[in-house]
Amino acid sequence: MASLNLLVLVCIGYVALLFIVAFAADRAAARGRSTWLRSPLIYTLSLSIYCTAWTFYGAVGYAARSGLEFVTIYLGPTLVMVGWWWGLRKLVRIGRSQRVTSIADLISSRYGKSNTLAIGVTVLAVIAVTPYISLQLQSITLSFAIFAAADPLAAPWQESSVFWVAAGLAVFAILFGTRNLDANERHHGVVTAIALEAVVKLVALLAVGIFVVWGVAGGVSDTLARIDASDIGQWRVDAERWAMITFLAAAAFVCLPRMFQVMIVENDDERHLRTAAWAFPLYLLLMSLFVVPIAVVGLDLLPPGSNPDLFVLSLPLSQGREGLAMLSFLGGFSSATSMVIVAAMALSTMVSNHIVMPIWLSLRVDGASQSGDVRQVVLLARRVSIGGIMLLGVIYFRLSGGGAALAAIGLIAFVGIAQILPVLLGGLFWRGSTRMGALAGLSVGFAVWLYALLLPGIGGSLMSEQLMSQGPFGLSWLRPYALFNIDGLDPIVHSGLWSLSLNTLAFVAVSLVTFPGPVERLQGAQFVNVFDHSAGPRGWTGSVAQSEDLMVMTQRILGAADARALFQAEAALQGGHGHLPDPTPRFLERLERKLAGSVGAATAHAMIGQIVGGSAVSVQDLMAVADESAQMLEYSSRLEAQSAELTRTAGKLREANEKLTQISLQKDGFLSQVSHELRTPMTSIRAFSEILRDTADLNPDEKRRYATIIHDEALRLTRLLDDLLDLSVLESGQVHLNSRLARLDEVLDHALASALAGYDHPLRVHRDAAGERVMLNSDIDRLAQVFINLIANAQKYCDAADPELRIKIEHAPDGLHVEFHDNGGGIPEGAQAMVFEKFARVSSEKAGGAGLGLAICREIMERLGGDIAYLSGRPGAVFRVTLPVRATTEALLQQA
Amino acid sequence: MNDTGAPGPMQRKALFLERDSYRRRRLMDAARVLPVLGAALFLLPVLWPDADTTSAEPVRTSNAVIYIFGTWLVLIGLALCLGRAAPDWLDAGAQDDTPDAG
Repeated sequence: MASLNLLVLVCIGYVALLFIVAFAADRAAARGRSTWLRSPLIYTLSLSIYCTAWTFYGAVGYAARSGLEFVTIYLGPTLVMVGWWWGLRKLVRIGRSQRVTSIADLISSRYGKSNTLAIGVTVLAVIAVTPYISLQLQSITLSFAIFAAADPLAAPWQESSVFWVAAGLAVFAILFGTRNLDANERHHGVVTAIALEAVVKLVALLAVGIFVVWGVAGGVSDTLARIDASDIGQWRVDAERWAMITFLAAAAFVCLPRMFQVMIVENDDERHLRTAAWAFPLYLLLMSLFVVPIAVVGLDLLPPGSNPDLFVLSLPLSQGREGLAMLSFLGGFSSATSMVIVAAMALSTMVSNHIVMPIWLSLRVDGASQSGDVRQVVLLARRVSIGGIMLLGVIYFRLSGGGAALAAIGLIAFVGIAQILPVLLGGLFWRGSTRMGALAGLSVGFAVWLYALLLPGIGGSLMSEQLMSQGPFGLSWLRPYALFNIDGLDPIVHSGLWSLSLNTLAFVAVSLVTFPGPVERLQGAQFVNVFDHSAGPRGWTGSVAQSEDLMVMTQRILGAADARALFQAEAALQGGHGHLPDPTPRFLERLERKLAGSVGAATAHAMIGQIVGGSAVSVQDLMAVADESAQMLEYSSRLEAQSAELTRTAGKLREANEKLTQISLQKDGFLSQVSHELRTPMTSIRAFSEILRDTADLNPDEKRRYATIIHDEALRLTRLLDDLLDLSVLESGQVHLNSRLARLDEVLDHALASALAGYDHPLRVHRDAAGERVMLNSDIDRLAQVFINLIANAQKYCDAADPELRIKIEHAPDGLHVEFHDNGGGIPEGAQAMVFEKFARVSSEKAGGAGLGLAICREIMERLGGDIAYLSGRPGAVFRVTLPVRATTEALLQQA
Repeated sequence: MNDTGAPGPMQRKALFLERDSYRRRRLMDAARVLPVLGAALFLLPVLWPDADTTSAEPVRTSNAVIYIFGTWLVLIGLALCLGRAAPDWLDAGAQDDTPDAG
């Protein structure tokens, strides 16, 4: 009889062997002599952690209860492996190019490095996998218990020993899973040990199977006959469960954190998939080949009521094959340990990278660039996480009380883990999937799974009888096992169907209506088109000064030697001297990926961001910068506009100032001219009045002549003063305009009559009778004054032998032009600019007036809204009077 | 074989190349079809008469075992053949992996 002590001894010896293998493999990998460690065979064998103790022991029990249905657990993964060209190849390529550390990291990285998503996936994984871990612990304790029961000398098997089993596994996982922070999380030691365990469990199961078929049943045909004769001899498989479990197994095979760890993260070479595509299905086939015979023979030979989950162990024991039983025990032990170790490693990576590290980073105000060993923090976080996860497993084991409730957890966990599948597939194949969509899908799927399967499934007390049969608040369509009143489905099929379809629906719907962020869109393109390009999605820029900080940080994550080697290699690649490379965007990108391999994409991004700091350019930063510069541009253009306005105002002010100065000068000039104009007549008046007063003997003729001169000069003074008064009234704007209707020709008639009266030889006037037939609405007297002035000027100054005046009427867009042409010599070029100024006279000898006439004309025309101008470049003098349009059209209207 | 770039040899060479990549693409197609075929074959038992629900003669478990494991072996064999048939798939596939497999 195998003693329990011997068993424990064998166990410890086996674990010691695993330690040695793992240690040796790590050493070999460190020395670079690891070619065989990277072989497709090791890779394929490491995938075997899919076969846990649940499958090693449980498959036989499953077969004993439900016939061939157990095989679906293996058919799903077979289909995934066989279809590697579609899915796994892409996944592995992405995993390698993005340095993914876990399934949570992959999802987070795909959806814009969102840590929220990573936390969601991590929580989901921990909840789904923890019961699974306790299932492994249970299988180990149960198998110990079988031997303990068979050994009369042994003390009764203590349930508490499950704690020590868990502790031992945790130590192993910590020792080999967190020894180093490899650049891309490859653990050669653990993988090699797992490969060894894979061989052990396959050999053990095959040995038991061969013993059963040829040792007990008596050959293949006899075995087949026994199968048909047994309780499970007829096809009794539920079609829905068959299809659903195949699908769930396929989904879980990809999404389970431990499978992701060995399949994607630990993958050294994409080509290994080519071998694993057939070798791993073969492994699965061999693992399940003897399950039905063992179940049938066990049902046949063992006493009724014995646990079919342990047939693999109890059958050889009952036949007295203790060595075989021992091997079988080791097989089960291997299945359990390898699963627990890898699962704990994978989960701890997720927990530390996505929950602990972000919290730690955010708690430290000084950020990643300060002193302190991040490496140690990461490793510590992982170790604590492994311990915590194992502890959770033990607690769950204690709470559930083990037994059948625990056995059901395998499929329940599959449904939970499969919730990641829609988000994963969407991320790989659909660029339009968004972070919000992924969050929505995962949340909905998780909630439905929790409500419809996990809570009712793991223990009776969590959901009341009433809730199960009538639904919450009496809403029968919300019964956990009959959502939407679809009753009678198997709970696994029911919850799988609802959770996955609602998950997918939410994922797709929310993705369709939301808009992904820039990083998301770039990552999406990177993932979906991973075969097209492998360049990084974002650029970093930095200055040389930051290289040192980066070096310090990298040292703390990769270790001093690795970091130095990396930086030196990079510096050499850049062709520079010294040992610090320039922080080019390419280098920063590579460095980020390298760090992402240790601490996850989101954390690595954040850490580099902290160091490169202000000049760290993520796409989001770029967008922010672009926004900012757009704002600045807008601001500066506003400033520009303001400054232009200021310039304009300043210009206006300058103009005004110039004008004022000019006006002041004009005023001075005006005053001196006025005094001059006043003085000339005054002088002659004084002189002649003195003559009249002082000379006694003047004849009457002389008297009259002198008096006439005085009179004329007084008249001239009066006229001058009248004009000045007139002008000042006009200029000050105090003039009152009396608008009335009149015909232009009448106005001209009147003006001609007044201007030419008293001349012996008035000039000849040519008029445009048709054009003059225009109604005007204006101050007619003032207008006539202008006309009189112009006509009188022509009469006075026209130097032609036969003076003529031609009055032309012209309709122009800016009003009515009345032009006065004479046939004289015109005004000399130099005087043209001056004619409208006060006291301007063209020639001093012809000085008839005070020189204010044209100035008054201009003031009048301005008051009337029109204009008067001298047109140069024509024969004779040409004055043009422009009457505003208003004056004529209004007149027309009033006339009508 | 002359090297003058005459149309004849050039065309023939192009034809060979064409055929080469054509072969590779058909192998990729086969790799894509394989899981579909496997799923169809593995789902076939769903149609078998169930001992509980039909009066027809139920399928015996031994036959079911033979069918399933036989199918399984065939799939493994096909996957092995595909994996062996084109050792340089992954490299060629990287440039050649376009959706239109012409």
